[in-house]
Amino acid sequence: MMHDVSGIIAYGSVFLTLALINGIACLGLNLQWGQTGLFNVGIAGFVGIGAYTSALLTSAPADGRFGGYEWPIAAGCIAAMLMTGAASALVGAASLRLRADYLAITTFGIAVMVQLVLRNAEHLTGGNFGVSFIPRPFASVAERPALFGTLNLLLVSGLVALLYVALDRLVRSPWGRVLRAVREDERAAEALGKSAARFRLQAFTIGGAIMGLAGALEAHVIGFIAPDNFDSALTFQVWTMLIIGGSGNNLGALLGALLVATIWSVTGLATGALFPPEDQARAAALRIVAIGVLLAVTIVLRPRGLRGERLSVSRHLTGSGQP
Amino acid sequence: MSLQFLADGLVAGATIGLGAVGVTLTYSILRFANFAHGEFISWGCYLTLLLAGAIGAWLGASVTPLGALSIGPNVLAAGLLAMALTGLLAIALDAVLFRRLRRHGNSITAVIASFGAAMALRAALEAIFSSRPVYLSADLQIAIRVGGLRVTPDQLALLGLALLLIAALQLLLARSNAGRSMRAVSENPALARIVGIDVAAVIRLTWFIGGALACAAGVMLGLVVQIRPTMGAELLLPLFAAAILGGIGSVPGALLGGLIVGLAEAATVQWVGAEWRAAVAFILLIAMLLLRPAGLFGRPA
Repeated sequence: MMHDVSGIIAYGSVFLTLALINGIACLGLNLQWGQTGLFNVGIAGFVGIGAYTSALLTSAPADGRFGGYEWPIAAGCIAAMLMTGAASALVGAASLRLRADYLAITTFGIAVMVQLVLRNAEHLTGGNFGVSFIPRPFASVAERPALFGTLNLLLVSGLVALLYVALDRLVRSPWGRVLRAVREDERAAEALGKSAARFRLQAFTIGGAIMGLAGALEAHVIGFIAPDNFDSALTFQVWTMLIIGGSGNNLGALLGALLVATIWSVTGLATGALFPPEDQARAAALRIVAIGVLLAVTIVLRPRGLRGERLSVSRHLTGSGQP
Repeated sequence: MSLQFLADGLVAGATIGLGAVGVTLTYSILRFANFAHGEFISWGCYLTLLLAGAIGAWLGASVTPLGALSIGPNVLAAGLLAMALTGLLAIALDAVLFRRLRRHGNSITAVIASFGAAMALRAALEAIFSSRPVYLSADLQIAIRVGGLRVTPDQLALLGLALLLIAALQLLLARSNAGRSMRAVSENPALARIVGIDVAAVIRLTWFIGGALACAAGVMLGLVVQIRPTMGAELLLPLFAAAILGGIGSVPGALLGGLIVGLAEAATVQWVGAEWRAAVAFILLIAMLLLRPAGLFGRPA
């Protein structure tokens, strides 16, 4: 009996931790898309850059591969955010001045390029085999899965809470108001003397850095990363989380992350029980079809998602309500 | 220096060009980048495969390859049928998804929707056919030499077919009433509606042409590489690169862009390494966006 309970705690905490990590990527996307209207189809690429940056800096030296500097985990995470932020700034500088869909195409291309480098530049990234033995937080209690999982969950929950408060303040600040002004009417914002290009670039860079953090946390929580973790299915999942949760709303982004992760996990258990082993790969494809249809139905029937954007004018005013 | 990449690049480029025509038309007439276009290529190829098998079984043992080609008349007939079906698939996707979003009038939401549709369409192929590779033709072809280059008769026939299809489309756009209506809607949908053009019909025609040509590209691709559910998705970035290179809305531009991307990819495979081929489209795309975002034949937005 004791064994069952600790097993459930271990499974549940790992599930929630990974869902919250996707939630962090979703918060990053919400800053880019929800607040500023910037369309990023390369989420997996940015999360991947973060994951590999931290993994390579913090792990022990390995033969024939770059990195292995044994940095502390926190330093690796900060480096991951800086690296992903810099990459986002570069991408943004090249494509933000063009039409909105050109940013979509460029970010899609970035994700393809990141995949290519992860798979082919073996001396930098370890190639298809990925990076293993990445240091994990609370590794000293790793033999007790329930405690280990709970501590990791607490750590990630704490980071999510911090990020949530910080983003909420940003959204209500004058800076956040300009972002929404740029999203709604670029010309009006320019007429008020706000450089739309600069604010867009800032939002895109910060959002990208947050995605990098999500990648670094994934690397440290799981302890192993490979190129397959960062393909377009991840981009698709994070988008679905934000759209279903409600873009423009940070709480909606987190709710969407939990909901989609739950659907993903429950349908995974269901197909595991219903289909014979040789059909598992095809059954897994059916789950993606289901989520794709769910995304399309939400966009058509409930474009505001579970929790739509709240009208936030200023934290000094109390008159906030539904638009 | 071997010029072998010219032969491979032209065939790959014509394939990309055929796909890019659909991208450039939907972009200029419906005003959004369709991330599901690659899936029309995969669906077209799988539909051809299914139909070729069915027609082959119906004709019995009388199916023999045509002349020097590796494919029989059943594949040709199946390809034509599949082109019509893929065109209808594109119209159907528009009817259930994109048309509803147009009513709200937000084109960027259509991009997200197309991304979701792409994942669903690709996963559906994987669920139906599994991800095991299959082939349109089991025959090995012996290459012939044309001016020092090795080409297969299939490649020559496909190149000719692609050029023929694009020339026919260009003629349709330039000379027919339907083509004039398409150009009018691309120019200004509201004004086109006022002068009595049936905008809904123009949109259906656009999807049909895009889907049918994507299917043709899928058949070309299916004769050269393994048929897998991800084959079209892997071509998506080259399609976008070709459409932007040629200038959004320009059919000859899309073909030329496709040929440039195809030749550059083949040259990379020959001199740099096959594993870096996918980087070529991206580099061309970025260079074009930085230097001349309107494309070779496009007008500045």
